[in-house]
Amino acid sequence: MNLAATGMAAAVAIGLMTALIAALLPARPALIGTGTALTGAAAVAAGAAALAGGSFSVVLPDVLPLSGVSLTLDPLGALFVAVTGGVAVAAGIYSVSYADTADLRARGVQTALPVFVVAMVLVPAAANVGTLLVCWELMALASLVLVVAEHRRGPRVASAGRWYAVMTHLGFVSVLIGLMVFVAQAPDDSFTALREAGRQLSPAVAGVVFVLTLAGFASKAGIVPLHAWLPRAHPEAPSHVSALMSAAMVNLGVYGVVRVGVDLLGGGPAWWWLLVLALGAVSAVYGILQAAMSSDLKRLLGLSTTENMGLVLIGVGAAGLFASSGDHALAALALTAALLHLVGHAAFKTVLFLAAGSVLHATGTRDLDALGGLRPVMPVTTAAFGVGALAASALPPGTAFVSEWLLLQALIHGLPAGGVAAAIAMPVAVAAVALTAGLAVATFVKAFGVGFLAKPRSDAVVDAHESPLTMLAGMGVAAVVCVVLALWPAGILPAVQAAAGGVAVSGDVILRLDQVTGALSPLLLALGLVAAVVVVAGVVRTAAVRRVRRTARLWDCGGGPMSARMEYTATSFAEPLQRVFDDVVQPELDVDVSHHQESRYLVQAVEYRRKVPDRIERRLYQPVLRLIAAWGRAGRGLAPGSVHRYLGYGFYAVCGVLILLAVTR
Amino acid sequence: MSALGVVGGVVQPVLIVAGSPLLVGVMRQVRARLEGRAGAGVGQPWRDLRKLLRKERIAPRGTSEVFRFAPLVLVATTLVVAVVVPFVATESALDPVADLFAVVALLALGAVALALAGLDTGTAFGGMGASREMTILALVEPTLLVAIFALSVRVGSTNLGTIVSSTLQDPARVISPVSLLAAVALVVVIVAETGRIPVDNPSTHLELTMVHEAMVLEYAGPDLALVELASAMRLSVFLGLLANLFAPWGIATEATPLAVLIGVLALMVKVGVLGGLLAAAEVFVAKLRLFRVPELLAGSFLLALLAVAASFFLA
Repeated sequence: MNLAATGMAAAVAIGLMTALIAALLPARPALIGTGTALTGAAAVAAGAAALAGGSFSVVLPDVLPLSGVSLTLDPLGALFVAVTGGVAVAAGIYSVSYADTADLRARGVQTALPVFVVAMVLVPAAANVGTLLVCWELMALASLVLVVAEHRRGPRVASAGRWYAVMTHLGFVSVLIGLMVFVAQAPDDSFTALREAGRQLSPAVAGVVFVLTLAGFASKAGIVPLHAWLPRAHPEAPSHVSALMSAAMVNLGVYGVVRVGVDLLGGGPAWWWLLVLALGAVSAVYGILQAAMSSDLKRLLGLSTTENMGLVLIGVGAAGLFASSGDHALAALALTAALLHLVGHAAFKTVLFLAAGSVLHATGTRDLDALGGLRPVMPVTTAAFGVGALAASALPPGTAFVSEWLLLQALIHGLPAGGVAAAIAMPVAVAAVALTAGLAVATFVKAFGVGFLAKPRSDAVVDAHESPLTMLAGMGVAAVVCVVLALWPAGILPAVQAAAGGVAVSGDVILRLDQVTGALSPLLLALGLVAAVVVVAGVVRTAAVRRVRRTARLWDCGGGPMSARMEYTATSFAEPLQRVFDDVVQPELDVDVSHHQESRYLVQAVEYRRKVPDRIERRLYQPVLRLIAAWGRAGRGLAPGSVHRYLGYGFYAVCGVLILLAVTR
Repeated sequence: MSALGVVGGVVQPVLIVAGSPLLVGVMRQVRARLEGRAGAGVGQPWRDLRKLLRKERIAPRGTSEVFRFAPLVLVATTLVVAVVVPFVATESALDPVADLFAVVALLALGAVALALAGLDTGTAFGGMGASREMTILALVEPTLLVAIFALSVRVGSTNLGTIVSSTLQDPARVISPVSLLAAVALVVVIVAETGRIPVDNPSTHLELTMVHEAMVLEYAGPDLALVELASAMRLSVFLGLLANLFAPWGIATEATPLAVLIGVLALMVKVGVLGGLLAAAEVFVAKLRLFRVPELLAGSFLLALLAVAASFFLA
């Protein structure tokens, strides 16, 4: 038994043991959190071992009916196992104190956490369709229990749970149908058999399989237009669960697309990948635009997940497009960029959600308009969020900067390679990536600057306190990973390239593209920046007068000290962007002016409400929901509550079937 | 790291730091003369900096480290760009950083530091400036990157040294439609990024129109000196980048004293001429309303996109 197998076995065993303890014994968040973290650590070890070349596979025919459980850890799956494990380590440590509330101590919730992690670890290790679908569904159910854990907080949690339950199951059905169509063309449902069969599929069947599975997997990854559950479920879930969902679970949607599209179906025609690329580009821009308008910290982070998964899909789509035109070197580069972005996103989204949870824990609010001034009271959380925000903004020295640089390199060099389709797709994709990067900068400046700096905007912040040590440790682990990934991406690149199935980038301190010209050194860049800061500080020290900084009043135009209500809020920060993208987001403004009774010329109060509705949701989902509601109302007449009538329905139905059989046979 | 790279890495930052306040002085002088004023002289920005450096440091109440470190980061990012970009010599001291995307991202990092400082003060002005600056930054990014795309396609690399060297070898490329379209797009973007008329007015203190000035309203003394120096340096860096992307002639290709001297002079002349033209144009143009700026940037984005299309279909 090699390390990978031992690690997987340990992860599953520890996870299930923890779940068993949680189910049987009274709530012990410390024990469950530690167990979850250990599960994650074992998964990281298994993934790392498999990526280093120790892949394994195991078949357990008796565990499940029909084809049994079959697990294989190949490099692609191993990367996702390791990423999921890493997120689980941070979230597990964090949950030791975070989950110590009445709602989260509930037995079902405590049990669901390790089960969720085990299911997520098993999904990328599944080697047949049966195992994949069972683990997928287990993952969905466990996460659903966790999403509604704090249902006592209000009806919004229940509503988020309903949206999530319905959409995740519709996605499941789509994946199920797609894979069933596929399996019907193969001798059995193992991935090896499907890989063989995938090469001989007719284009039409392959297209149907791809589109159906893409729809299902994209809905899991929060890709527009199937994203509606994501900005609901991620904010309402407890924060360590948000981190697990946003940094680990959505990745598995991308895993599904790559596994089925690239691996099992063996690539495909260009239109598949243009579709993926277009979905990615729309998601990236739409997600970050909605995030830029959002003033709910966790909703903003959730929408940014849609954005980042969109960027990943741009990379996957570009990779498929290059592969379909025969340029495998460039395809490897694009897929490497996509997977590197995915790993980086997992790291920084974990930090960001955990830090947001810490803020929620301390202040009881996640409304950016009520936050601010957290820097003096919560220095560690502020620093962690700052690291995460820098990593998410695609600015050097940050995690996303390296992966987006690789992605842009792939797109730029794809122009001469891919013919007319590429000539149109690549510039648009570059523009989408660029607009996304720009808006992401604005979004995270807003989240960090308004949420953590400046003066407190409400009393909740004044009484805030720094979080307990385990929460800080959870954030710290993820923040350190962020920094390492940003400065030394070469540490993870061999693993990512093993998963991408091709070597496109080499080098240690300096990353060099192998097939095309291009080099970047994040470490030298960061060192240069630090050196420049030191030089400038030194020069200013010698050139300027050396007196102690004097504390002074802010410039208040002579009007006396300014109150916190005069500060810019998140809503006002986003107002110019909202105006610029007025036609896209179509915000709803509501201004009520009430006048004095004595004179209509004197204004008593002005009430201003702004809402940025999700336009895609309104156009796409509301009609369907209305239709279903109308159908339900129409069907109500059939069920008046009379038992006689129901018996009559049964009788007529049986007669109808008998007549049908008599006629057709 | 070649000798030429080292020479460039030493000469360029010194030249940019020493020369950029003079560039601002020249531009103000051009404006003053065109408006019929005598002007304060070319050396005035340097005299201002000296005066500011002698004043005491102020820490406005309620601000954090972000506010104090932002000017340092702003100058440092620009300094790194001044070191790595081929302004005077074709080879870079830090070649793996002399990538167009990296340079653009570094300059954006400086802007972000200042925006966070603006928000950190907790005043309405600071927040307003930060919000506007970030909006413009977000809209500038697509044009900038697509224009870079157009320029790098023909070379097959985004490395600045490679782009500049290939233009030197094949000067006919400069008058191709790709270059012209990309140049116009870049000019608009640079005007927006450096906060010049018609996007922002560097000499205004009217709340309706302030962008950059609103963010830095709380700075005083040496901190303000750094901010002022950085904004002058950013202007020189952007103009130098524009000059060397499209007209790199005179740049040193070997590490002899004469070649480097010619490189220095050529850069000064090119940036001086561009700055003079920009200042002259500013006299005749009114500042745009903030919400008309996106239209201008959308126009430049279209040009950049056309440049990419031209680079594919006319190649």
